[in-house]
Amino acid sequence: MVYTRFSSLFLALHPFWSAVGYARAEKPVKFVERQVKGLMFDCRMCGQCILSSTGMSCPMNCPKQLRNGPCGGVRANGNCEVEPDMPCVWVKAWEGAQAMRNRQAILDVQKPVDQSLRESSAWLRVTAQAARERENLRSSTA
Amino acid sequence: MTRRPPQIDENPDGVDLPLEPLPGHSSRGRLERVLRRGEFAVTAELNPPDSANAQDVYERAAIFDGWVDGINAVDASGANCHMSSMGICALLTRMGYATIMQIACRDRNRIAIQGDVLGAAAMGVGNIMCLTGDGVQAGDQPGAKPVFDLDCMSLLETVRTMRDEEKFLSGRRLTTPPAVFLGAAINPFAPPFDFRPHRLAKKIAAGAQFVQSQYCYDVPMLKEYMKRVRDMGLDEKCFILVGVGPLASAKTARWIRSNVPGVHIPDAVITRLEGAEKQKEEGKRLCIDIINEVKEIEGVSGIHVMAYRQEEFVAEIVHESGVLKSRKPWKREPGLDDALVAERLDHILHDDPSEKPVEMVRDASATSSE
Repeated sequence: MVYTRFSSLFLALHPFWSAVGYARAEKPVKFVERQVKGLMFDCRMCGQCILSSTGMSCPMNCPKQLRNGPCGGVRANGNCEVEPDMPCVWVKAWEGAQAMRNRQAILDVQKPVDQSLRESSAWLRVTAQAARERENLRSSTA
Repeated sequence: MTRRPPQIDENPDGVDLPLEPLPGHSSRGRLERVLRRGEFAVTAELNPPDSANAQDVYERAAIFDGWVDGINAVDASGANCHMSSMGICALLTRMGYATIMQIACRDRNRIAIQGDVLGAAAMGVGNIMCLTGDGVQAGDQPGAKPVFDLDCMSLLETVRTMRDEEKFLSGRRLTTPPAVFLGAAINPFAPPFDFRPHRLAKKIAAGAQFVQSQYCYDVPMLKEYMKRVRDMGLDEKCFILVGVGPLASAKTARWIRSNVPGVHIPDAVITRLEGAEKQKEEGKRLCIDIINEVKEIEGVSGIHVMAYRQEEFVAEIVHESGVLKSRKPWKREPGLDDALVAERLDHILHDDPSEKPVEMVRDASATSSE
């Protein structure tokens, strides 16, 4: 998928991010991330993106902000209990997940949202974490 | 002190005390024992009072006496304000009832919820049911702030972590973990249907040991769901209780269908109610018919009767469907000592006896000389 390729590109740019400093990169990257994901997925900047395991349907748009699947209130037509005119985020997520390479990811139990990460860049956090893991792996094999 | 012999699943030292822990059991409650023995369980929902009177709770619980294995204390269901599930459980546990305390994520954040879990377990609540909760728009106070800090899945995992790993979500240690049997809700009757059995699998992975379903009025749909659940082997990892309830009339059925989120009532049900002379009677009959079909489905461990505002019918419904076979669930009974006091009081208050010693001696000699 495009998103996987995109994240490896971001990871390849790791030397650049660390040269600039992750803290300094935060502001411009967050700006871009907000615009891009806002336009494509109606992103709410929760700072801990799980789009890749929710069929690219943002769970923070669910009025109950459910991150683990649909509630029992989904209407017969597949619309939301709270907003009758809006299709259920999780009905969309399930459809989306079927078309994805890693379709099992939607079955993972997600941890509660860490509210202290709101309004920060998930891209940079994931990249920094991946880079750290890569380095750990290198140092352990060396 | 004189005592009556203890009933099954009762602590001989007091009805309000926890039962002996059994190997492999998470709780010290009655419901888990019934289910693990493989008996067909019956639970019912208590209609929470809009009052601060304890007697209202006791009266509403008393009509289930001897007919159910657990009583659900709802947490502002439908987002309508009532006495809290915590309050109801506090009252019921001290009388020895097995309670299933519902926790909805709508009204409290993770700090409040974890505290309540400890408090509830300390009071003797043996079962906790983890729910997401209806949206605030469904209730009587749509202007309230919806919390939804956790969702039902992360709530399950939180309570399981507290119980099994003996720590809060933050990692801080607990000195005594909450010994609770963990429940969740399922709705096989709402889309996306393909996802529903997977969602149950997810709930089991997060800690659910029993589940209670939304109202079932469409048995073929439930059978379809159960088939997939069995294929995934989920009925062996979790006890499944199917939600049932009598509909008071065709009009009520229509209202529920369009106003209560997540309840699916097929047209055939409404037609059947409309065609009946006594709709209320027919609603009860329909409920019994559904139970009779449901109890035969492989993998179903019990029923959950939600007879909102018709709680007086629960005993009849359970009796006529014969799901208990000859089993008698726990019933609140006075001890022998209490019974003696009650008999004596009854005599003094109603038989108008003379309690003067002189007269008592005269009466006694008169009866002995006869």
